Amino acid sequence: MKTTIGRWLVPVFGGLAFIFLLVPVAYVFAFSFNDAGRTNLSWRGFTLENWLNPCGAPAVCEALGNSLQIGAIATVLATALGTAIAIGLVRYRFRLNATANMLIFLPLATPEVVLGASLLAQFLNIGAELGLGTIIIAHTMFCISFVVVTVKARVASLDPKLEEAASDLYASPLQAFWRVTFPLLLPGIVAAALLAFAMSFDDFIITNFNSGNVTTFPKFIYVSATRGIPAQANVIGSAMFIIALAIVIGGQILSHRRARTLAAR
Amino acid sequence: MSLLAARRPAGTGSVQERAADRRRGRTGYWLILPGFVFMLLFFVLPVFSLLATSLYTKPPGADIGQFAPALEFGNYVVVLQNYWPELLRSFAFALVATAAALLIGYPMAYLVAVRLRGRKLLQGILLVLIIAPFFTSFILRTQAWKQILADEGPVVQVLRALSLLPQDGRLTATAFAVVCGLTYNFLPFMTLPIYANLERLDTRLIEAGSDLYAGGFTTFRTVTLPLSMPGVLAGTLLTFIPASGDYVNAALLGNNQDTTMIGQVIDSRFFRVVDYPGAAALSFILMLAILVLVTLYVRRFGTKDLV
Repeated sequence: MKTTIGRWLVPVFGGLAFIFLLVPVAYVFAFSFNDAGRTNLSWRGFTLENWLNPCGAPAVCEALGNSLQIGAIATVLATALGTAIAIGLVRYRFRLNATANMLIFLPLATPEVVLGASLLAQFLNIGAELGLGTIIIAHTMFCISFVVVTVKARVASLDPKLEEAASDLYASPLQAFWRVTFPLLLPGIVAAALLAFAMSFDDFIITNFNSGNVTTFPKFIYVSATRGIPAQANVIGSAMFIIALAIVIGGQILSHRRARTLAAR
Repeated sequence: MSLLAARRPAGTGSVQERAADRRRGRTGYWLILPGFVFMLLFFVLPVFSLLATSLYTKPPGADIGQFAPALEFGNYVVVLQNYWPELLRSFAFALVATAAALLIGYPMAYLVAVRLRGRKLLQGILLVLIIAPFFTSFILRTQAWKQILADEGPVVQVLRALSLLPQDGRLTATAFAVVCGLTYNFLPFMTLPIYANLERLDTRLIEAGSDLYAGGFTTFRTVTLPLSMPGVLAGTLLTFIPASGDYVNAALLGNNQDTTMIGQVIDSRFFRVVDYPGAAALSFILMLAILVLVTLYVRRFGTKDLV
C-alpha cells in the first residue's frame, strides 16, 4: 500500500505542477481570440479579428517595434562581447581571470531593481538622456553575463587539441579559429544569442528604470494593465510563444540530425 | 587529458612554451578587454554612482530633482526608519516563494530526470514545457493570474461555493496572491538547476538504498537529497534573489497597504517622489542585505561545485 502511494505521488504531484506552470500560458493564448474590444477582462466570444489585425490597438506595434530593435542590437553586442570573454576566460590564463569571473557572476546575483537603479543613478549623474540608447546599454550589460555563462560551457567541452592540430597543419591562429573553433562553438553561440534576445525582449524592471519616454512591449503591457490590456498584446505574446517553441523544437531536431550524421561517419 | 593540458600553470615547461604562453596570454587579454571595459563602465561604475547618489543632500531652496554631492549618511537612517517593514516583507515573501517553488519544482525535476530516465522523447517534451512559460511575456502571464484569481473569476467562485473561502473572501490583492505570483514566475529557475543535477544522479545508488531495506522516503532523505544539494542551492538562489527585488507581482497582484515590496518603494522614490538619494540608499541596502544573506547561506550549505 505504502509503496503504491509512493509510486503515484511523484507523477501526480509533478503533473499538477506542470498544469500550474502552463495555465497562464493557455489563458493568454485563449484570450487572444476574445472578441474583447478594449479591455479583454472577460470572455465575450470567439473572433479571429485580433490575429488578423495585430496592430489594431493604439501603440502596441510601436512598442513591439522598439522591443525588437532593442533586442536585436543588444543581442548582437552582448553575443560578440560575451563570446570573446568566454573564449578568453576558458582558453587563456592570466592574472585578471578571477576578477573577470567575478564581474560576470555578480550581475546575475544582483536583483534587477538594483541593476536598474544603479544604471539610472549613473545616467542621471552624467546627464545622459534616457531613451533607446540607454535601454540598449542596459540590456547589453545584463545579457553579457548570460552569454558568457552559456558559451563558456561550450568552450570548456571543446578539445583544445583540435585547434592545435589545425596549427600543426600550418593554419594561422586566425584560420584555426574561423575554420575549426568557431564552427564547433556555433551551436553554443546561437543558443546564447537566442537566450539574450529572449531576456531583452521580456525585460521590464531594468527597462522601466532607464527608458525615459520610450515604450517597450513589456512596458506597454504594464502601463495598460490598469485600464485593461488590449487583446492584440495577447496575440503578440502568443505569436512569440509559437515562434520560440518552433525555434527550440527545430534546434532539437537539427542537433539530433547532426549527432546522427556525425555518428554515421 | 586535454583539460589537464589546458590547465597547466603558466611559466612551466620549456623556453619556447613559456614564450607561447605569454603570447597566448596577450591574446586572452585582448579577447576579454572590450567586454571587461563595458562591464566596468555600465556595471561597476554605476554601483559606485548609486553609492554616491545615496549620500547626496538636497540644498535648501533647490528645485525638484536637484541634489548636491555630500556624505549624508543620515539618508540611510531615514529610509531604514521609514521602509524597514517593506524590506522585511520583501525577504519574507521571497523566502516563502522560494520554499514553495522548491516543494513544487523538486518533484517536477525528479519526475523528469529520474522517473522518466531513458524515455528521451517524453523527457525532451517535458523539459521544453518547463521553459515554455519564458516564451511568452512575463507580465502577460502575471496579468493572466490576476484575471484567473479575480473576484468574479472561476477559482474564487468555486472556492466560495465549496465554502473554502468566505462569501466576501478574495484572492487578488492579498499577500497570498503576491507569493503565488512570485512562486509561479520563478519556478523554472528552481526546477532547471535541480533537473540538471538529478539528471546526472546514478540511479544505482537509489537501488542500493532499497537493497539495504531503506524505505522510499529514507532513501530519498539519505541518498538522493544530499546528492542533489548543489542543484537545490543554485535553484534557491536563482529564485530568492530575483524574487526579493521583484515588484511586478506585488504591483499587479497585491494591494496598496500590506503587500508593498521594496522594489515598488525604490521605483516610486525615483519616479514619483523624485527622491534620488533615498531611492539609491534603499537599492544599496537591498544589494548589501542580499549579499550578506547569500554569503551566509552558501557558507552554511555550500559545496565546492558552486561557481
